[in-house]
Amino acid sequence: MTPAEGTSAAASDPPGGPAPAAPRFPPGAQVRVRDDWPERRGPCHIRTPHYLRGRVGTVERALGRFPNPEDLAFARPAPERTLYHVLFPQPPLFEEGRRGDDVLVEIFEHWLEPADPAATEKAA
Amino acid sequence: MSAPARPESIAALDRLLEALRTRGVVTDEELAARQASTDSASPETGARMVARAWLDPEYRALLLRDGKAAAEAMGVSMAGAPPLGVLEDTPARHHLVVCTLCSCYPRAVLGYPPHWYKSFAYRARAVREPRAVLAEWGTALPDSVDVRVVDSTADYRWMVLPLRPAGTEGWSEDQLTSIVSRDALVGAALPQAPQGAVGG
Amino acid sequence: MSEPDRTPATHDMGGAQRFRCTPVERDEEPPDEFGRRVDALRQLLAQKKLMTVDELRRGIESIPEDEYLALTYYERWLRSITTLMLEKGVVSPEELR
Repeated sequence: MTPAEGTSAAASDPPGGPAPAAPRFPPGAQVRVRDDWPERRGPCHIRTPHYLRGRVGTVERALGRFPNPEDLAFARPAPERTLYHVLFPQPPLFEEGRRGDDVLVEIFEHWLEPADPAATEKAA
Repeated sequence: MSAPARPESIAALDRLLEALRTRGVVTDEELAARQASTDSASPETGARMVARAWLDPEYRALLLRDGKAAAEAMGVSMAGAPPLGVLEDTPARHHLVVCTLCSCYPRAVLGYPPHWYKSFAYRARAVREPRAVLAEWGTALPDSVDVRVVDSTADYRWMVLPLRPAGTEGWSEDQLTSIVSRDALVGAALPQAPQGAVGG
Repeated sequence: MSEPDRTPATHDMGGAQRFRCTPVERDEEPPDEFGRRVDALRQLLAQKKLMTVDELRRGIESIPEDEYLALTYYERWLRSITTLMLEKGVVSPEELR
């Protein structure tokens, strides 16, 4: 394994250590997909489509916890991460489309951050 | 596009299988059994689940809550299969399933994905211009219906529970199953009652 | 920090401009014998804990773009499975010549 393979998934981890077991985001939470491009830093395997990076969506619900595919892809020990169904309005994604249409995508928790950190801190 | 495999690819597969057999990793019997069980999965399973959900409110609730349990209730072995999520169409919302990253598909209840589902064009376009793709295939959605594209990116597999078409009142489970096409189970088509059909 | 390079990977096809004007062909042929054998082999190797579907995908995604676009679906699978079996030492390069 090259050093890049060994660090690519770690580089996409959020700061602050392993993900907590309880879902961080409740249904209805506004979340932003991290604008991160690990595929440009070296070999990696990620399940977050490029067209959602940096985009804001709404958590539909937590789907459960699953071993992190970014680790499974390299046969590394794969800690479980919470997987969410997140809803995005469709038109802004490609600057076309019909208002009211949307896109629903499974995204792992470590790819999500609060869309409005100030509001989240106030609520906490 | 289902271009045939190149002769050199077939030869490469034969060499890999020969090496795996020699090493005792796989046997021909295991491969044949695995292939037969994969071949036996059919979209009729998904269609029957939809038909039953149209007829039985309790089954419908189970299907929407836990697709895997609903498949097992039909006698399908879901051991080792990914969780199955079911997306309920409404008069105001149509779902279309795609996997933009590869080809995730609810194979346990639909069988092999068709070529178009795995095609670059479908993977690229479904999420960007779903209405255009559907219209090219003869499904023009009224403007009153919102389209929800479901990009199947991770550990779930997704199937659509379409709307039961008008004109199917009084139909049996078999009759209803017959109008739910494979394509309708991922939202690429709508179930249609045959013209002039009379309930049975 | 400078702006990241936002070029999507080849396999990450959602919205890809290059296929905007490509009709989606309604090909109804089931997978051929080659494809079905590759498919069964993939499942069997996963069942025997010799590879995961995630590793299969990683292997497919690492195929250079011109080949990724030229190979058929199950040819990409076979390429990835073969690379993984070599990487893991399950088979040797000599055996595949």
